[in-house]
Amino acid sequence: MITLDELLERDKKREEDGFKRKIRIGRIVKPGAGNREKIIVVPTTVEEKFVHDDTLLNDQSPGEGEPTGGTGEGEEGDVIGEQPVRPEEGEGQGEGDGEGPGEGQGGEHEMEANAYELGKVLSQDFELPNLKDKGKKRALARYVYDLTDKNRGVGQILDKKATLKKIVETNMSLGRIPDVTRIDSAGFVVSPRDLIFRVLSREKQYESQALVFFLRDYSGSMGGKVTQTVVSQHVMLYSWLVYQYERQVETRFILHDTEAREVTDFQKYYSYKVAGGTKVYTAFQMVNEIVEKENLARDYNIYVFYGTDGDDWEKDGKQTLVEIEKIFTYAARIGISVVKHTYTGTKETEVEKYIQGSGVLDRHSHLIKMDVMGENVDDSRIIQGIKTLIS
Amino acid sequence: MELVNQHAKGIMEECKLRARDAGLRFDDETLEYIVTNRDMIELSPKIMIPTLYDYWVHDVRVLSGKGMYEAYPSNPYETVINTRPAISFYNDNNPDWLNVMIFYHVLAHIDFFQNNLYYKNTWDVDLAGQALADKRLIAQLRSEKGRWVDYVIEFARGIDNLVGFHRDLNRTLTREQGHVPDRIDFYFDRFLQKIKSIPQHVYLKEIDRYNQCRKDHADFFDQVIEQHPEFEEIFQKEKQKISPVKMDVMEYILKYSSFLRREENEWMKSVIHIVRSTSLYFQPQIRTKTMNEGWASFWHAHLFLKDDRIRGHETDFAKVNATVTAMPKVGLNPYALGLRLFEHIQEMEDRGRYSLDYFQLKDAVLRTKYDRTKNTGTDYIFFVRENMDDFSFINTFVDQEFVDRHHLFVAGKRFNPQHNTWQYYIKSKKVADYKQMVINTLHHPPDIYVVEEKTRNGILYLNHRFENKPLKQDFIENTMIGIEFLWGGPVHLETSVPSAAAQPGSPYINFWDPGAAGKTADSRQSPIQWKRVRYVLKDRKLHKQEL
Repeated sequence: MITLDELLERDKKREEDGFKRKIRIGRIVKPGAGNREKIIVVPTTVEEKFVHDDTLLNDQSPGEGEPTGGTGEGEEGDVIGEQPVRPEEGEGQGEGDGEGPGEGQGGEHEMEANAYELGKVLSQDFELPNLKDKGKKRALARYVYDLTDKNRGVGQILDKKATLKKIVETNMSLGRIPDVTRIDSAGFVVSPRDLIFRVLSREKQYESQALVFFLRDYSGSMGGKVTQTVVSQHVMLYSWLVYQYERQVETRFILHDTEAREVTDFQKYYSYKVAGGTKVYTAFQMVNEIVEKENLARDYNIYVFYGTDGDDWEKDGKQTLVEIEKIFTYAARIGISVVKHTYTGTKETEVEKYIQGSGVLDRHSHLIKMDVMGENVDDSRIIQGIKTLIS
Repeated sequence: MELVNQHAKGIMEECKLRARDAGLRFDDETLEYIVTNRDMIELSPKIMIPTLYDYWVHDVRVLSGKGMYEAYPSNPYETVINTRPAISFYNDNNPDWLNVMIFYHVLAHIDFFQNNLYYKNTWDVDLAGQALADKRLIAQLRSEKGRWVDYVIEFARGIDNLVGFHRDLNRTLTREQGHVPDRIDFYFDRFLQKIKSIPQHVYLKEIDRYNQCRKDHADFFDQVIEQHPEFEEIFQKEKQKISPVKMDVMEYILKYSSFLRREENEWMKSVIHIVRSTSLYFQPQIRTKTMNEGWASFWHAHLFLKDDRIRGHETDFAKVNATVTAMPKVGLNPYALGLRLFEHIQEMEDRGRYSLDYFQLKDAVLRTKYDRTKNTGTDYIFFVRENMDDFSFINTFVDQEFVDRHHLFVAGKRFNPQHNTWQYYIKSKKVADYKQMVINTLHHPPDIYVVEEKTRNGILYLNHRFENKPLKQDFIENTMIGIEFLWGGPVHLETSVPSAAAQPGSPYINFWDPGAAGKTADSRQSPIQWKRVRYVLKDRKLHKQEL
């Protein structure tokens, strides 16, 4: 069986041979209880053929889906059921629907296990830049004690179920259970060796040493593919971090329109959208607040990744630049991705303009990177972008 | 993967006896294997043929299948492949009573494979063995030519849905039934009457002469050629016209591609052949899904309940059977639909309702009471399983009685902006609409063929016979790049696209009742206007020209 790596390698060869790439990274989403959704990373591909396109025809009127079969009582025109277009968020006011179904909603912990494969592929090319030794916590081993190991004969707590099993096993081998449908437990012989105990044992726990802030513009202008692209890139970055640095990386998620807010997990980070305006500095300001309040700079290597369509109400970016300058004092890297709407054309967006104009890209070239791409880019370009951001 | 144990095999053999008694017909030998769900995931991209050639797309499907399984575990009971001997796969943890049910299901599938005429061309093929030989050939080529083998597979698969399945089948069946008019028929039926328009008494005389010749063992045509020296030529021409041996796109490329004809590319032909014959092999299966599953469900229920070996497991059976054959409130289940339809046909025929009498009867009460107690229903469904495919099955037998009886309807789905929900509603309970909706779900590749007159100067000219369904635009470029590669020159494709002025989204013409389209149409929308365009692919670049 071929591995994902080999598939991608083969896909690279395609390009050299003059054909388009065909493998895309797909994500299967399994809705779970609450917001704990599971995301599974898989490769996908389509085999192009001449086939009929039914989409044009089934849209008999605007907003009408494909008809199918059904059974039951009722007359023509009766409504037989309703289904939410998207699962309820369950909280928050004014939050619209997420963008890009299947793009990768993930409860944090479930996601970690499954983003592994994708991360593994990406890891060959990337490495977090400017990683510094930050004191004691880098040792990352801490122990807790838990009743997890089992022991025969002696121990702290008797495991009744396991013990009973053992007793039955012993008695069966001694031939003391002639008829399994009528067991007389009074006749059991109990050997001391049959007692199973749970014993206290030392379990390793890890401390984080890198902290990554994901920042995203979720204002009204971020409609459609722009959000998908930003989120795709952040999903990949996140996957890679999970793989490469195992549990040593902590993540925080911040969304902003004219105000910034922190959300608890990647799914919320990914799916929220509001129709508000855009003040970019608020997100960076919040990063500074969090870092200061929780005194994070001492123990962590801090990375900030920001995704936007480049729109900002603050044309000169004065406040944004002030906040960014502050971040330079402690962060190992700021990566800004500007994903442009097609209608913007080649025109520079506000964010591009003031970041370029301020000269920070040259002055702090090892601390800040910016990547600009169009909204219709494919996965390989997005990966290219990640390389730029962390180079 | 291992063969089932002797105990299970014994159950299977007993099932065979009972199935045969009920009228099912199949070969004596079958092979049953136990597989795990993991095996199933790995087999399904290879259309369940363990020996199918290796190809990276299969691997991609396996990887995503594993992901899918992780998210949504499933537990398929069985799969059968149509080969000789028939091979079936079973889950490793079925209890005996469930195996009885599944074995009946499988036997009915095998019966279907081995008796339905659409499978005619697969009847003598040991597919598993054939595939193994192909797999080895491809593996060997890959060791010599590297990834170029995979490109050829990819490009060949790009057009493997355009294979002339019906043409091939027609060829086999007509050859067998002798439908191609022979010389005698042609001479008497067409040549003398239509072409020469000879008077009747001459015609009768000629018949006499023919009979005489037969008696004397003389050559009848000696004199014919003397009289009509042009006869032979006209006959040959006519024969061509009646059964034109038209080639599908793959065959055409195989035969005429200048690129494939080069010595260093000769090997590609065998790869294309493999892809083509594999595709052909599975065509009948795609086209009889509803029937095949319905037939198997019909028999497993029928035979299981009569089987005395499973006393006490009736409720278990009912539970499993219901999950397989329940009619969904919204959606289509081929198992359920096919099963209901076979039952319906059997009953209709038992009562003698497929008759002119019944057809002409307009009185609803009399119709429901109509019963001629013909009791030929069982024979009739055997006839149906032998001669029909999904299209003819559904088109012929889904009638208003069927739709009413099972409360079937076309379920529409529309967006409700107030609630932000999809709303499902009963769109139609008319048989014509229901039939159309089911038929729209059936496999129907576009009709694309080579226009020989326009295939000149190294250009391969393809025409898409338009059926009011456009081609999927995103796929055109890559498919054509593949064809260009195999053809070794520019490729043109003529097809239809919506013209810019038209609003997309009006109902298509109802094939059975063209007048009905206007009635159901939303009057606010004008029908789509189509225009012919030509896609031109040259040097891996696609251009579009209006015609």
